[in-house]
Amino acid sequence: MSLTGWLQAALVFGALLALTKPLGSYMFAVFTGRRTRLSPVLAPVEAAIYRLGGVGVDDEMSWQRYTFAMLAFSAISFFYLFVLLLVQGWLPLNPQHFPNLSPGLAWNTAISFLTNTNWQFYAGESTLSYLSQMAGLAWHNFVSAGVGIAIAIAVVRGITAKTATTLGSFWVDLTRACLYVLLPISAALAIVYVAQGIPQNFTPYRTVATISGGRQTITGGPMASQEAIKDLGTNGGGFVNANSASPNENPTPLTNVLEVLSILLIGASLTYTYGKMAGDTGQGWALFAAMSVLFVIGFGVMYHAEAAGNPLLHHLGVRGGNMVGKESRFGIAGSALFDEASTATSCGAVNAMLDSFMPLGGLVAMVNLQLGEVVFGGVGSGLYGMLEFVVLTVFIAGLMVGRTPELLGKKIERREVQLALLAFLVTPLMVLVPTAIAVLIPAGTATLGNSGPHGFSEILYAFTSANANNGSAFAGLGDNRFFNISTGIVMFFGRFFMAIPLLALAGSLAEKKKVVAGRGTFSTSSTTFVVLLIGTILIVGALTFLPVDALGPIADHYLLHSGRTF
Amino acid sequence: MSKHFWTALRMTAISVVIFGFCYPIAIWGIGRAAFSWQSSGSYVRVGDRIVGSAIVGQLWRGARYFHGRPSAAGKEGYDPTATGGSNLGPDSKILLAREVRSIARLQRSNPTVGTPPVDLVTDSGSGIDPDISPADARYQAPRVAAARKLALDRVLALISKETHGRTLGILGEPRINVLALNLALDRLR
Amino acid sequence: MPHRRSSAQHSQVRPLFEYAIVRRAFLDAFAKLDPRVQLRNPVMFVVAVGALLTTAFWLRDFFTHGGAVGFDFAIAAWLWFTVLFANFAEAVAEGRGKAQAEHLRRTKSDTIARRRTPDGAIEEISASRLRRGDVVVVDAGEIVPGDGDIVEGAATIDESAITGESAPVVREAGGDRSAVTGGTRVLSDSIVVRIATNPGESFLDRMIALVEGAQRQKTPNEIALSILLSALTIVFVLVVATLSPFLSFTGTHASTVVLVALLVCLIPTTIGGLLSAIGIAGMDRVMQRNVLATSGRAVEASGDVDTLLLDKTGTITLGNRQASEILVAPGCDAEAARLAALLSSLSDETPEGRSLITLARSLLGEASENIPEGSTFVPFSAYTRMSGVDLPDGRKIRKGAPDSVVTWCKEFGPGRNPLAGEVERVARRGETPLLLAVDGEIVALIALKDILKPMMSERFARLRAMGIRTVMITGDNPLTAAAIAKEAGVDDFLAEATPEAKMNLIKREQSAGRLVAMTGDGTNDAPALAQADVGVAMNSGTQAAKEAANMIDLDSDPTKLIEVVEIGKQLLMTRGALTTFSIANDVAKYFAILPALFISSYPAMAALNIMHLATPQSAILSAIIFNALIIIALIPLAIRGVRYEPRGAAVALRTNVLIYGLGGVIVPFVGIKAIDLLLQALHLAG
Repeated sequence: MSLTGWLQAALVFGALLALTKPLGSYMFAVFTGRRTRLSPVLAPVEAAIYRLGGVGVDDEMSWQRYTFAMLAFSAISFFYLFVLLLVQGWLPLNPQHFPNLSPGLAWNTAISFLTNTNWQFYAGESTLSYLSQMAGLAWHNFVSAGVGIAIAIAVVRGITAKTATTLGSFWVDLTRACLYVLLPISAALAIVYVAQGIPQNFTPYRTVATISGGRQTITGGPMASQEAIKDLGTNGGGFVNANSASPNENPTPLTNVLEVLSILLIGASLTYTYGKMAGDTGQGWALFAAMSVLFVIGFGVMYHAEAAGNPLLHHLGVRGGNMVGKESRFGIAGSALFDEASTATSCGAVNAMLDSFMPLGGLVAMVNLQLGEVVFGGVGSGLYGMLEFVVLTVFIAGLMVGRTPELLGKKIERREVQLALLAFLVTPLMVLVPTAIAVLIPAGTATLGNSGPHGFSEILYAFTSANANNGSAFAGLGDNRFFNISTGIVMFFGRFFMAIPLLALAGSLAEKKKVVAGRGTFSTSSTTFVVLLIGTILIVGALTFLPVDALGPIADHYLLHSGRTF
Repeated sequence: MSKHFWTALRMTAISVVIFGFCYPIAIWGIGRAAFSWQSSGSYVRVGDRIVGSAIVGQLWRGARYFHGRPSAAGKEGYDPTATGGSNLGPDSKILLAREVRSIARLQRSNPTVGTPPVDLVTDSGSGIDPDISPADARYQAPRVAAARKLALDRVLALISKETHGRTLGILGEPRINVLALNLALDRLR
Repeated sequence: MPHRRSSAQHSQVRPLFEYAIVRRAFLDAFAKLDPRVQLRNPVMFVVAVGALLTTAFWLRDFFTHGGAVGFDFAIAAWLWFTVLFANFAEAVAEGRGKAQAEHLRRTKSDTIARRRTPDGAIEEISASRLRRGDVVVVDAGEIVPGDGDIVEGAATIDESAITGESAPVVREAGGDRSAVTGGTRVLSDSIVVRIATNPGESFLDRMIALVEGAQRQKTPNEIALSILLSALTIVFVLVVATLSPFLSFTGTHASTVVLVALLVCLIPTTIGGLLSAIGIAGMDRVMQRNVLATSGRAVEASGDVDTLLLDKTGTITLGNRQASEILVAPGCDAEAARLAALLSSLSDETPEGRSLITLARSLLGEASENIPEGSTFVPFSAYTRMSGVDLPDGRKIRKGAPDSVVTWCKEFGPGRNPLAGEVERVARRGETPLLLAVDGEIVALIALKDILKPMMSERFARLRAMGIRTVMITGDNPLTAAAIAKEAGVDDFLAEATPEAKMNLIKREQSAGRLVAMTGDGTNDAPALAQADVGVAMNSGTQAAKEAANMIDLDSDPTKLIEVVEIGKQLLMTRGALTTFSIANDVAKYFAILPALFISSYPAMAALNIMHLATPQSAILSAIIFNALIIIALIPLAIRGVRYEPRGAAVALRTNVLIYGLGGVIVPFVGIKAIDLLLQALHLAG
């Protein structure tokens, strides 16, 4: 580890801290229907969208209607992408003449973009037309992120409402999230990215003769516009197979930190929006603090593990950190920072290959996913995932102070606990059971890129990532029909069986009377609570996944250091 | 309830127009107007001939050129249409064997210097890493100098000249674009 | 006012493990192995199934001479112990109630009731056949056959069978002291009682059912916690069930016995095993303080109370006020005024009157005087709001509420009040001003002072520390009320309270999102008692009040509510603390069992054996033994409840997280290591 490595992380974190409040306030204004600086430009567009879409601005929805609208939109957007991928070969903007995708891969890719997972069984540069990329994947990057933000805002409305029966309008929230939040920031980033060297064209790939006598096919496409929303929307599905490791997606150290920042930005700022909606910004900062602590710990361990390097290589006389799968321009620090951010959030973009990380570095990535992507998390999903933990922590803490637990004055009772736990059970169910099935059947182990505990980690990571809607991979694992279908199912459950209980929870909380806080109520913005929240997240995660991690990365670590290879 | 589906259908169509078409095309327009070279692919020309992209690494052959890092992209490496890393874990026998072979090959072709720097024996994440570290370049300098019958000092000076420091002093790592270095080398007569 | 034993004396300091209770609990622990009983507790049900499974494996290995017979036996045995220990905890908690129930049942021995038929005749029937609305006659020496209200007569009644209070109480028809309880004994006089309950629903029946826990329903928080515990159990079932395929991927076969052991260690057996004991013991603690709660829900709700409404008289102040000062009007002879004060009260039997005599006598010195022959005493009436005396010499002396006295004076003349300023001042001080007038001329002001009960301000400070706001309810005028409120240390007051004002206050507090508790005894309190989230009726109160309330204080001590609030809080805290402890324990158990499980696949994993447990078998066994013994070790805590101190939530949270969270992580490391060392020393594990 080096000082500059830590300074780089500190710079990014400082920028994040500085942007959280302004962007958080801006989103607060957007989602409470106040005028913003961008309203003069965007309000007419917004009005036009509602007119064309047949959406009533004041159409307040109960949690059931909100959920149904969300599901209806998700279903349509899934089928749209699924069909687009199935027929891309017959459509324009396909200069490489890529054929239609196989149904298995189309299903996996469509569901993975629908759920904001963006798992890459596809290799963009060799399978997807420009049309599929921009009007399929990049469009999905916007709307699936928008859906995530909308759900989070609805959940926060439920928690902070005085007493209400509705959570807002899904269509309005979705439109505002995409139009006011995602579009302007993406556009600004995309222009910087073009300036930094990310291509943005529609020309065919060009094959050139290289100086030392070889030939190389240089790819192209509308990459910059897609790169911006890929990170900002914590989608993470790359234009190209190597994702942000590729210089086409991430050409310079500056784009690298901008991408890291944009991955964390909305997740972090939503905590402030939450605080503002709760009428107590301390509530938001408490979540920010808990997330930050977990983030710094994760980065520290990952950076340390990678910087320490591979002892097997050291025995061969080659000193230095673990550079396998990492890019020269980012180095260890820049890779650890990016991949910590990308696995802590549900982004899943990578600028270095996680499969080649040291076991403990890979463990950090895996644990980030196992904790439920609550460290800034996916846009929206990070906040509502964190709020699920807050509900559980409040419940236990409330008992410990001798009062029926309350969150922001709303009593956490049987129904709330039930719903939070329903969401909570999805993770062990959707990670452990499919992994167990995979190790038992031949199709589950047929495409491993590594053997031994590391091979086991590849399977475990695949389902963990799918469930967490992250999309990063121990990418040595190849796709086959089994993984295409099974990870698709897991992604679906990971997204919707998390979001729906949380919306129901919000609906139930919205209807409750707000109880005033007194001395007998503990504060959910105190240091004690933050510590307890972190403790709950870590203990719950550890208890569920310690055995399985012990057989994967942890065993890998001990065996590697005892000199065993596989 | 079916109303929701109709709204969903209309909203899908509208959003595809805005985010799927208007947005990328607008960025394309701005890119062409303001950053035409970068947006079209950062092509590097020698005379009229395009010899590669400034941001994409390529495979180098022969002792006269600096070589990039091992690549797992495509069959031969450095294939931009098949980007990616080896995805081999740190305790992989295959990876270790590859690294052992890399070390042996590097030591054979660069007999005067000791063990190679770590970047030169490890494959990059993208497989098209355009850069090497200053240490990688210095390691190869004696070989290149000998093959080109240049004084080592001149080559080393060129390396220093082509080295990009960390952005703002802290971002990323010091690096050298292999294509730029080799082109500069070719210009060095 | 009869002095009752303080509640501290009342909560019989019964030893935690009384021999008789323990003996019965020991047997009950086995009786509770009934699957139907086990199914009620999902966590312990899983343990029971695990115990059965391991026993089956042990038997198979025993007869096929395969596997690790001794180890399997040890695990199976300790799993059964785990189940039995949890059963035992519940049985001990129940046993304490059962002992009390038996005592009550003896009281309920069949009595004969003398029922009055509609035509006025008296017939003798069994008390158990009395129905609501029946009218019975009870004479001195007889047992009251059922709950009801006195409709004719008055009597002294010994209620010790119900309350444990030996001093007899007076009950009379009409008013707020008309309720009698079945099982109590009439000591003097004869009363006619209208029965208010049907067979099986009487106070005594309810009390027996409650202390026995027969109708014990899980409280809302307990249900929510059970759901959490079930969810954790499901998670661990998934974790352990999938471990077997994972291990087979590494080429190891894990024995089912070991996996069951791991599962039992991980699921929250500590809190799962003690959860019902905590609830039963909490109710028992309420009972021991002589409060009858109609449900556990009410006790839990009292822990949530934000606002506590307390009647001034009888709760904050002693019922009687004392004369503290005689202010003579300017221009009047002090001696004469004091004498008038004395004379006005000589026939006044009220405590206030007597206190005025004492004061006047002390001021007049030995010149005490008796009331002249032929004087007529004018008693106090609600209409005149004055009392006094008409002396034989024709002088009329009156004392009473200032405005009434002034009005009376107007009959004689201008009715000028030279003490108007003083009246105001005394009222502001929190004392009650009375004017004394002789023949239409105001001669003095008498200040009556409320006497605060001792230690009240400490009690309110305690409540404030818990986060509970106290509101004093009084019929006094706002000035007096404010002064008393200040002196007593309550947070707020409601002056000139009417039943409607009281009701409105409760509704206002509730709509502001506060939980309200109140005490009451009168029939006109009943709607407010029902409206309040926690209503505590005094046992001396009317049947209507008792029915509207969700708790009845058998000692009729309104401040008892404070203790109930504490028990309610303690109940939740005990559950929360043990849940935290139970979950935190798992960390150490993982470090004991996982290395033991993985070491055969990957010897390098021995590095995770940070406790340096001797062998895999010993590690697993130590964890299981610790897991079982910790239940026994925590029974006293579950039954007594965690230490409760009134303090802000922040402090309570920090302290409990430290003790039960951090402690929960550390304790099992020490415990498991110790058991491992012991097993090694005794050569009990391979």
